Amino acid sequence: MRKDPEGGKFLRRRAVGAASLAITAILAFASVAILFVIVGHVVVNGIGSLNADFFTQIPKPYGESGGGIAQAIMGTVMMLLLAALIAIPFGVGTAIYIVEFGRGRFAELVRFAVELLAELPSIVVGVFVWALVVRNLTGYSGIAGSLALAIIMIPIIARGVEEILKLVPDSLREAALALGTPKWKVVVFIVIPTVLPGILTGIMLSVARAAGETAPLLLTALGNSFFNFDLRKPMAAMPLQIYTYAVSPYDDWHAKAWASTLVLIGLVGILSGAVKFFTRRWKHESQ
Amino acid sequence: MSPNEGQATGAEASDGRMMRSLSDVIQDRGLEQRVEQDLGKGIQIRGLSAFYGTHQALEGIDFDINPGVVTAIIGPSGCGKSTMIRCLNRMHEVIRGASVTGSVLVDGQDIYAPDANPTRVRRNIGMVFQKPNPFPTRSIYENVITGLRLNMRRKAKHEYDEVVEKSLRAVALWDEVKDKLHDSGTALSGGQQQRLCIARAIAIEPEILLLDEPASALDPTATMKIEDLLFELKTRYTIVLVTHNMQQAARASDITAFFLADERHIGHLVESGPTRQIFMTPSDKRTEDYISGRLG
Amino acid sequence: MSRSVFSRHGAARAADPGDRVFAAFVAAMSSVVILLVIGFVVLLAVDSMPSIKRFGLGFLSSSVWNPVETEINHLNFGALPYIFGTVVTSVLALLIATPLALGSAIFVSEYAPSWLGKPVSFIIELLVAIPSVAYGIWGLFVLVPFMRGTVEPFLQQMLGNIPILGALVAGPPFGQDLLTGGVVLSIMILPTILSLSREIIAQVPRLQKEGMLALGATRWEVLSQAILPYARGGIIGAAMLGLARAIGETMAVTMVIGNSSTKIGASLFTPGYTIASAIANQFTEADSEIYFSAIVELGLVLLLVASVFNIASRFLVAQLTKRTGASNA
Repeated sequence: MRKDPEGGKFLRRRAVGAASLAITAILAFASVAILFVIVGHVVVNGIGSLNADFFTQIPKPYGESGGGIAQAIMGTVMMLLLAALIAIPFGVGTAIYIVEFGRGRFAELVRFAVELLAELPSIVVGVFVWALVVRNLTGYSGIAGSLALAIIMIPIIARGVEEILKLVPDSLREAALALGTPKWKVVVFIVIPTVLPGILTGIMLSVARAAGETAPLLLTALGNSFFNFDLRKPMAAMPLQIYTYAVSPYDDWHAKAWASTLVLIGLVGILSGAVKFFTRRWKHESQ
Repeated sequence: MSPNEGQATGAEASDGRMMRSLSDVIQDRGLEQRVEQDLGKGIQIRGLSAFYGTHQALEGIDFDINPGVVTAIIGPSGCGKSTMIRCLNRMHEVIRGASVTGSVLVDGQDIYAPDANPTRVRRNIGMVFQKPNPFPTRSIYENVITGLRLNMRRKAKHEYDEVVEKSLRAVALWDEVKDKLHDSGTALSGGQQQRLCIARAIAIEPEILLLDEPASALDPTATMKIEDLLFELKTRYTIVLVTHNMQQAARASDITAFFLADERHIGHLVESGPTRQIFMTPSDKRTEDYISGRLG
Repeated sequence: MSRSVFSRHGAARAADPGDRVFAAFVAAMSSVVILLVIGFVVLLAVDSMPSIKRFGLGFLSSSVWNPVETEINHLNFGALPYIFGTVVTSVLALLIATPLALGSAIFVSEYAPSWLGKPVSFIIELLVAIPSVAYGIWGLFVLVPFMRGTVEPFLQQMLGNIPILGALVAGPPFGQDLLTGGVVLSIMILPTILSLSREIIAQVPRLQKEGMLALGATRWEVLSQAILPYARGGIIGAAMLGLARAIGETMAVTMVIGNSSTKIGASLFTPGYTIASAIANQFTEADSEIYFSAIVELGLVLLLVASVFNIASRFLVAQLTKRTGASNA
């Protein structure tokens, strides 16, 4: 071998390599640990307060123990339903436009708008609906809350459906067109049914996200301690209830806040995790 | 003396060159001594098999690569020639799940010995890739000395300057870039970039230079320049050249090895020998079929 | 893509009346989306006009936030403390999250075998699914006491006597302060930076890595000298995306940052506000037009700043993709 004028450099390089492996591994595991710590605390602190009352009763007055967050669960469900009803047509329709009908500049603009909408801080969405609707039209209400949630859901649905539609091979469309099917029928009756599961998971993802949103609801639905089925009045929601309970001075409410968080995380986590899992599988299958 | 001067037809020019280099090799009985001083090291490949996970790409490769000559590896696509050359500097195993059995001896030492360090192995064997890959965030100057900075003790600036000039002259790039040494490595034409990559590889004075289809992304003029370069460089390094272009092998190499994949898609060495012999009078029918265009 | 399929078969000419209707329908949906975005900016701008007209740039530079006009204290809305709080917590979050995220991304992409890397990155990215209010409650009941009782006193001990750093940890450890706000934010933006960094590192062309490897580089050297320099712009873009998220984050921050002091000082142990938490805390009080307008203006500021960083991030990442595409061509 030729003389290696390296000195001890190779050993030093090996040491640096080992150190970097160790450091990055520590950083990665620290990040993982954070998740477990947070979820762990939620589980430990919340599980004690989960009982039948918790799910079926409304909050008791200040200071009294007992009661539950039934009205918040109802409120969340109602507002999510209405929000989905609004968001799905716009989200799916926009995605269909981008992928199947879009032409040049305008389609690019639409996609850009979807991206911008997706990146909006949720409090800004709240301020927007607050300024637009709450102040002058409906006051603090379930409708306003649903509107805010819908705005948050639309870009998530649009992006998800866009990706799914792009995965559909052109040959499928060509086969249908060759049979003389008009374009809109190809899209509605051939392409969409093929990817319906994918579209549903996209919707589920947006629901999971919306279910956890607090800030926009703060400025629109405001929250409510009683059962309220009138969407034109302030409406309770789980994240709002958590916030109200957590910043209150009562231990019992703190405990309920933890429990609500546990339920919320459970729902959101399961939905998101399942969606991510299924999406990966689809991506692999179609590639 | 460039083999591509004179615009002779392919066969004539390659003929003349092959005769010259063959006779060089034949006449030079003092090969052993020259190896110690100027030429690179020889490589002995023994029983080499290569795998991508469970799929076998090469089986039982046995052959010798000599210093002072350009050895070309040819064969149809899928025959494993790229895999072969990447096994010579332990680049094959970089791919996830890839593995190698058998041995490759350089200077009598098996680079696949259990105590051998792949990083060290690669430092002593240079590689040039199918597409030029200068580092875009570095200048031409910085590209050339990348290997030095990595592997050697810090040097004085003038030492680096000398290496840069020497390496760039060796690849006939010095005059073209000496005034823009601090421009980005990517601010050159494809052919220049590839020569830069060769300069980068030889700057750390490896004993062996591996070129995996170095001209496949280049135009004919740039290709010619690379081939001329090989002719010069072989006096100082052991050169292994993978090429899918038979004419290039005929022009630029002294020894040729022909690889072919069998029905199981496993690559084998069919035959190897002096280039002239392989092209004019191959021993194996499969070689003859490939050369004459009936295969691949 | 599918458009060309359709046009090849002449369907672009929308012969069928159903096509025309349907196309108009989806185009209308899409237009609403565009209008929504435009509407956002327009509405927020219009509704903040009264405040803008009255306070001008003073809105951004004044620290006096006084909603009620009295004889002694004039009505004024100066958002400087909120801006200060946002800047401090976001920058802090970035400083903490980026090494964690980048280190994890490097480990997962380059060092870990795939049976380890995939689950690890999956788990870290699950952090994104946790709702903001969950981070808030954890922050409030777990992190704040921990910071107040353990971390902040420790920091004070360690750094208190060092000239400049000492000022950062001066004063009684509040727990509910800028520092804790920054820490909570960092956890929240960690997965964002991580997943984008991972994508970016994966995009670095193999030829670059192999070129460095063939010169006899160790794995770390390939990383630090070939991969990271190549991906530099994209990684900065990832950090910017994290920053944009931190700026816009509301609930978790509002629950740990104190929302009580508008003093602008050097110490991280002071409670404060961010623009987002100020909005969340005050909107119910906005009974006068000018107060309402001030809150909307806060929203507008948030929108603009977050958007700038989002766009910058998108731009940097696109540049990297372009360069990778060119070298792969």
